[in-house]
Amino acid sequence: MDVRLRVNGCEVTGVVEPRLLLSDFIRVDLRLTGTHVGCEHGVCGACTVLVDGAPVRSCLMFAVQADGLDISTVEALAPAGTEELHPLQVAFRETHALQCGFCTPGFLMTLLPFVERNAQPSEDDIRAALSGNLCRCTGYQHIVDAVALAARRMHADDGESEG
Amino acid sequence: MSGRFFGRRLPRNEDASLLTGAAQFIDDIDLPGLLHVAFVRSDYAHARLNNVDLSRARRRPGVVAAYAAADLGDYWQHGPLLVGPPPIDGLIFHERTQVPLVRDKVLYAGEPIALVVADSRYLAEDALMDIAIELDPLPAVVDLEAALRGEPAIVHEDLGSNLAAHCVQTKGDYGAACESADLVIRRRFDYDRGAAAAIENRGVVASWDARARKMMIWDTTQAPIPVRNGLARWLGLAEREVDVVAPFIGGAFGPKIMMFYPEEVLIPWISMQLGRPVKWIEDRSENFYATTQERAQIHEAEMALATDGRILGIRDEFLHDTGAYDPYGLTIPINSQCTLLGCYDVPNYHSEFRVVFTNRPIVTPVRGAGRQHGVFVMERLLDIAAGELGIDRVEIRRLNYLGPDDFPHHHGLVYQDFSSLTYDSGNYEPALDRAVELIGYREFEGDERPPPRQSGRRVGVGVVSYVEGTGIGPYEGARVSVEPSGKVHVATGVGTQGQGHYTSLAQIVADQVGVDVADISVVTGDTREFNWGTGTFASRGAVVAGNACHAAAELVRAKILRLASELLEAPEEHLLLGGSEVRVDGDPERRITLADLAVASNPLRGAVAPGTEPGLEATAYFGPSRGTTASGVHAMRVEVDPETFDVDIVDYVVVHDCGRVINPMILDGQIQGGVAQGIGNAFYEHLVVDDNGQLLNASFMDYLLPTATDVPRVRIDHIETPATDTPLGVKGAGEAGCIPTAAAFAQAVEDALGIDGLEIREIPLSPNRLFELVRDARGGES
Repeated sequence: MDVRLRVNGCEVTGVVEPRLLLSDFIRVDLRLTGTHVGCEHGVCGACTVLVDGAPVRSCLMFAVQADGLDISTVEALAPAGTEELHPLQVAFRETHALQCGFCTPGFLMTLLPFVERNAQPSEDDIRAALSGNLCRCTGYQHIVDAVALAARRMHADDGESEG
Repeated sequence: MSGRFFGRRLPRNEDASLLTGAAQFIDDIDLPGLLHVAFVRSDYAHARLNNVDLSRARRRPGVVAAYAAADLGDYWQHGPLLVGPPPIDGLIFHERTQVPLVRDKVLYAGEPIALVVADSRYLAEDALMDIAIELDPLPAVVDLEAALRGEPAIVHEDLGSNLAAHCVQTKGDYGAACESADLVIRRRFDYDRGAAAAIENRGVVASWDARARKMMIWDTTQAPIPVRNGLARWLGLAEREVDVVAPFIGGAFGPKIMMFYPEEVLIPWISMQLGRPVKWIEDRSENFYATTQERAQIHEAEMALATDGRILGIRDEFLHDTGAYDPYGLTIPINSQCTLLGCYDVPNYHSEFRVVFTNRPIVTPVRGAGRQHGVFVMERLLDIAAGELGIDRVEIRRLNYLGPDDFPHHHGLVYQDFSSLTYDSGNYEPALDRAVELIGYREFEGDERPPPRQSGRRVGVGVVSYVEGTGIGPYEGARVSVEPSGKVHVATGVGTQGQGHYTSLAQIVADQVGVDVADISVVTGDTREFNWGTGTFASRGAVVAGNACHAAAELVRAKILRLASELLEAPEEHLLLGGSEVRVDGDPERRITLADLAVASNPLRGAVAPGTEPGLEATAYFGPSRGTTASGVHAMRVEVDPETFDVDIVDYVVVHDCGRVINPMILDGQIQGGVAQGIGNAFYEHLVVDDNGQLLNASFMDYLLPTATDVPRVRIDHIETPATDTPLGVKGAGEAGCIPTAAAFAQAVEDALGIDGLEIREIPLSPNRLFELVRDARGGES
């Protein structure tokens, strides 16, 4: 079947079997291997990408279902063509929110809309936001700290009303 | 040993590539003409294999080959014994190691029987349905005690029993201690299995180049050099004809050690057969069967005490489940046996274990590697003794601690590295005092203890201590080179699975060679870069590879200063090394960069003095005569709902002593993550099997890993008692977080519920299991 979608801002077309998972389409056909697959049954969250701006488990979706949609993967997070990182990535590095780094792209893509929306999330809010993703190395605390730090920095210039 | 970089909380060199998705993991490796493998695995835990018919699978379009045991010819061999039996008098050990594919009899559910090679993984899995397998099921050996009676079957029939090993180690005379005791308590303790559950499953990619005679293997292994050496022999190749690379690895926790798993052995062989690159990536469901596990043991333990609470002796007899095979020898039960003694002065000890074959997946070390069991038994016995003697839980620990002057302390038992169990250094009481203060333990003494919360939730506290033998030999090595760019390259033989070696090893080297940590590249886990070593396990990377890096960096420093002295015409003692250059003290004009020195060290013309070695490069090895013992105290405050038995950990304190700390941020991460795994082990994670050896919860829907709402912030403090036998003074820390967690959890929950007769003597727990234990303690009423 033919699919046409936007991935990280680029128009992408492909001919795929109906059963091809979106995660495999992204990783194998598009060679965007930053999206990782940990369980293939939608629990661990390592394969999370943004579909039309919302976090979605790419192992629970077929590539054909993404026809016409707009996908963002971890490769699009840092500003293109620079050595810079996104503030969320910077916060992850500064707070040691990753160890082996395998689950990290999924956490980043899950949390990106959350930090963009929330200027001062409470620790409980942050924990709830990341409770659908599994990390076996960090014990989560440093990820919680990273989200709080990133939210603070990303919203530092917001109006007084939010402060 | 602290310097500009050693001891600092530095962000990691490896993070940028991981955060952008650029880091290469095993499944990211793609090669032209790559073929994909899927395995068919036994549905039965114990069964005779009568026939495998691959003919239909081989005819399916897209399938390139299919293999069963009979197709392997001489390549079908048992795997190597990875750790031989230790030199202990009277020891019995029966070696039975795993096979690449089942030939006659299936010994555990999930054991591979055949495989298909196809153009894609989808096609390979389609073809598994074409394979016809005839199996005659046999009764499965699941229960450890029945297994020892030979019931309901024998796993390895040639042995005539299910006994894999028997080992007795003693110190002093427990019998005499028992006779003179005021109190003897005897209890049974049960520990059951969990999964390591790294978020990345295992994988192997192999590519044989017949013209170049080169076998290239990418493997999710903690120990690429032993894998290279073993596979070279197995494949009939020279070691130099095989390279093994461990790419970025998505967590390991033990089971990614040099196992010579069936898939590890078969994928390179298939690549040679077909002349094409071949890939196999484990899926999550396979991981629950095909990757090794831990930790079923049953202990019958006895503690003899004086009325004042002093331990006079301990007797412990336990059964250890090794699963269907025992390739890792006795490492785990020896760890349990030796770690049980903990921080305490135990003059008399009789410890005896039997290792049991069962029809369950293979058991090899998982983070903690048997230490949990020893700590659980000891700490629970102390809690029970404290209750019986009317002594405070904290005080009974304090009065039995080894004192600061008791080191080195020789226990005289044989440890997992075959050396005599010796604690090099330790100082336990300050850690206990600090933890007690941080957790607010005094609130829980006497009648003043906190009342139940308004919600009815009961509040409790637990305080336990532990030791961890770390940094065992035999050795590791490192090569440090200054490149012509002035940057420094470090190569070691260990693997890395998230521990931050790219940064911590760079911190060790940076102080010696005078460059910034960011200008040091570290390579781990690549046989093309370093040829000798064992691997990353037993909390030994920072200790053994760290000291090797230090030794190599010292040699390079000497070379830098010698050459700079020559070129700057100044005595070495007047030279300052730092900021990627060498300066003459007090003469800012006379300086030379490391880059220029590196170029000068490799002349293209002219003559050099006899004996000159080119380059600013050195290789060094470090082999400790024995490990170094870390220690600590964990304290936990819980709230328990007396109706639902939901447990909320509201505070968690770790006071940890791992000697000198290379990077406190990385250490905090190791501890926080270890505690999370310990919490999972205590309350969430349980591999549940039925009487047929069938795993009932082989998915992340049913096997629960703790999430961000289950793991609290761990408050961490450090005591620093340096290791005495190593130049850097560091001790290992990788496993400490998860070792005593279950013991603290059991004590805290028991304390919260405060029910007479409730003794928590098993792990893992769950709300449901707590309900049952409480019901039993109340005589059948909940």
